[in-house]
Amino acid sequence: MSAPVPTVATVSPAHSAARRFLSLVLIHGVLVAGALFMLAPFIWMLVTSIKPPSEIFSAEIALWPKQFYGVENYRFAMEKAPLLRFALNGVIICAGILVVQLLVAIPCAYALAKLEFPGRNLLFVLVLLGLCIPVQVPAMPLYIGLAQLGLLNTYFAMMVPFFLSVFAIFLFRQFFRSFPDDIINAARLDGMSEFEIVWRIVTPSAWPAIAAFAVFSTVAHWNDLYWPLIVISDAKLAPPPLGMMFFADAETGSNYGALTAAATILTTPLVLAFLIARRRFIDGITMTGVK
Amino acid sequence: MATVTLSSIAKSFGATRVLGGVDLDIADGEFLTLVGPSGCGKSTLIRIIAGLEHQDGGAVAIGGQPVDHLRPHERRVAMVFQSYALYPHMSVRQNIALPLTMSRLKLWQRLPLLRALSGQRRTVMRGIEADVAAAAAQLQLDHLLDRKPAQLSGGQRQRVALGRAMVRHPDVFLMDEPLSNLDAKLRVHMRTELAELHKRLGATFIYVTHDQVEAMTMSDRVAMMDSGTILQLGTPSQLYERPASLKVAQFIGSPAINLLPASVGAGGRLELFGRPMSLAVQQAQGQAVSLGVRSETLSLVHGEPSGTGRAWFSARLRRKENLGSEYILHFDLAGRDLPGVTMRTSPAQAAGVSEAAEVTLGFDEAACHLFAADGERIEPRGLGVATASIVPLRA
Ligand SMILES: Nc1ncnc2c1ncn2[C@@H]1O[C@H](COP(=O)(O)OP(=O)(O)OP(=O)(O)O)[C@@H](O)[C@H]1O
Ligand SMILES: [Mg+2]
Repeated sequence: MSAPVPTVATVSPAHSAARRFLSLVLIHGVLVAGALFMLAPFIWMLVTSIKPPSEIFSAEIALWPKQFYGVENYRFAMEKAPLLRFALNGVIICAGILVVQLLVAIPCAYALAKLEFPGRNLLFVLVLLGLCIPVQVPAMPLYIGLAQLGLLNTYFAMMVPFFLSVFAIFLFRQFFRSFPDDIINAARLDGMSEFEIVWRIVTPSAWPAIAAFAVFSTVAHWNDLYWPLIVISDAKLAPPPLGMMFFADAETGSNYGALTAAATILTTPLVLAFLIARRRFIDGITMTGVK
Repeated sequence: MATVTLSSIAKSFGATRVLGGVDLDIADGEFLTLVGPSGCGKSTLIRIIAGLEHQDGGAVAIGGQPVDHLRPHERRVAMVFQSYALYPHMSVRQNIALPLTMSRLKLWQRLPLLRALSGQRRTVMRGIEADVAAAAAQLQLDHLLDRKPAQLSGGQRQRVALGRAMVRHPDVFLMDEPLSNLDAKLRVHMRTELAELHKRLGATFIYVTHDQVEAMTMSDRVAMMDSGTILQLGTPSQLYERPASLKVAQFIGSPAINLLPASVGAGGRLELFGRPMSLAVQQAQGQAVSLGVRSETLSLVHGEPSGTGRAWFSARLRRKENLGSEYILHFDLAGRDLPGVTMRTSPAQAAGVSEAAEVTLGFDEAACHLFAADGERIEPRGLGVATASIVPLRA
């Protein structure tokens, strides 16, 4: 008496293949639309950097200029602004910050994740609270302190507020918590000190977390304008965004072609670094299939 | 080589008391097994011996020397973990060499870059290589030395863990359920291998398991634990033949011991299912006594049950299990609301019983174990012997 229930057999193979195809098209359509939306400003930057000034402000939207003006724009940018210097500053600052962040955060995270000591939970709560404080809050006291010490206009001044990353501590703690206690105990029985356990046993397993954090940290500090603007007035020390600002003010006026050419040059290292890290990223994640 | 002495070791986690004053004397070169149900504190006890956990009270001595102030690696013990605990990013060779590099190289000789400055390092490393090769050869790991742990099977990982423990020639091996992640066949194989390793090394082994078969087959002595105390300490046959309490009797032996409810009748005489037996106890009349009967002491009774010193009851066959060399027969107690009984017997005997058949099972009364209502073992006294006493056996 019951109504016929559709079974696997009633769905024809062709029908199911068509359905799968349709859902694939739908999913990829959505993803492509999202990607285009994200990439649009970037594409616009690339296009503008090869347009002559006359075309930049024309009302029509063109993805390729009538007159190729890229060589002139890029040469102008390279000649008028020390772009490589800005990029080098960016590398120095990002690397310095990242290295110290890792040196500080990894042992902290290990202690919070794996060692038993009174006040551990309180410290972790403080770390979580630290996550809620924006950089602008301690900017004033930091600036005054650096000024008093005569450290304004140094690489150190640009890096010091970021040496201690509560985000890194939080991220690594979560990662280390799933590291097997037995392995740590085995290392203790083998005679390792806690420091050696951190660096030789636990850290090598944390590459995916370290790679992820390195991407966050580098992107954030490569693109940071706020803090360098406060502590740097010497154009020789300027990281990319601040350098761009100096360049825009002094040299180019409203030469947007050259400006976007400079921006392209300064973004390239970051994009390249990210693409390389992304490779390692995936390697790292598949490597954790280790039991 | 060393003795291990535990005196009244106590440990609590917060409010839960995990170990309540454990005393244990382990002889030099002995294979002692800690066995007991899950959560009884075996791992905690072995971790205290290793120095990975600190006891709240009591003392640990190894080789007669107190070690409570020593850190784990200073105690000359090695430990094998249930999860193997191999270093995942190191090769088998590096895993086995690690304890040696830790003890034979100074800190600066282990540091990257700085170590290149040490001329001595090369000779030390060559010695370590030789020792690793020797240990690997003993465990048939030679061809696996360059693999990572993830590329090994469970049994191979277990052997690497053993190799890492062996290379430093510790006085005491601590093993926390080292075989429980292996499949049944490999477990049987590794059981033999471990027992042989123990014989070859002559070191003291303390072995934790919740598998009573492992405890029975490998150990010189077994300590049966429950709720943080040692219920009985003795050789495997002592535990099997004279369990000190109901819990020990139920835990040791496979299939588990059959328990039948008896009661104390007039004059201390035991009654089973209303029939008087030829056993008597000191207990007051009307008290309940558990009668423990091992599955191999049960036998089929053909015809009218008779004979002094033998008890019998009727049962109905529920299921036969064929183990090849023998059969396990599962019976329901006919018409009684009780868990059934199991009987181990030869295929020839088992062939005589058909499914759902009503049979009579008998056993030798002298071969059964008696337990009072509180679970303590009680000894029967012969009928008419007024002065016989109850002998609670305690380890
Ligand atoms: N770090 C800890 N904090 C709180 N309780 C713990 C801790 N470690 C163990 N316990 C408790 O102590 C008791 C004994 O644990 P233990 O690991 O010694 O048991 P076990 O006999 O080894 O059991 P198993 O056979 O399952 O391994 C358990 O009830 C467990 O919950
Ligand atoms: Mg355990």
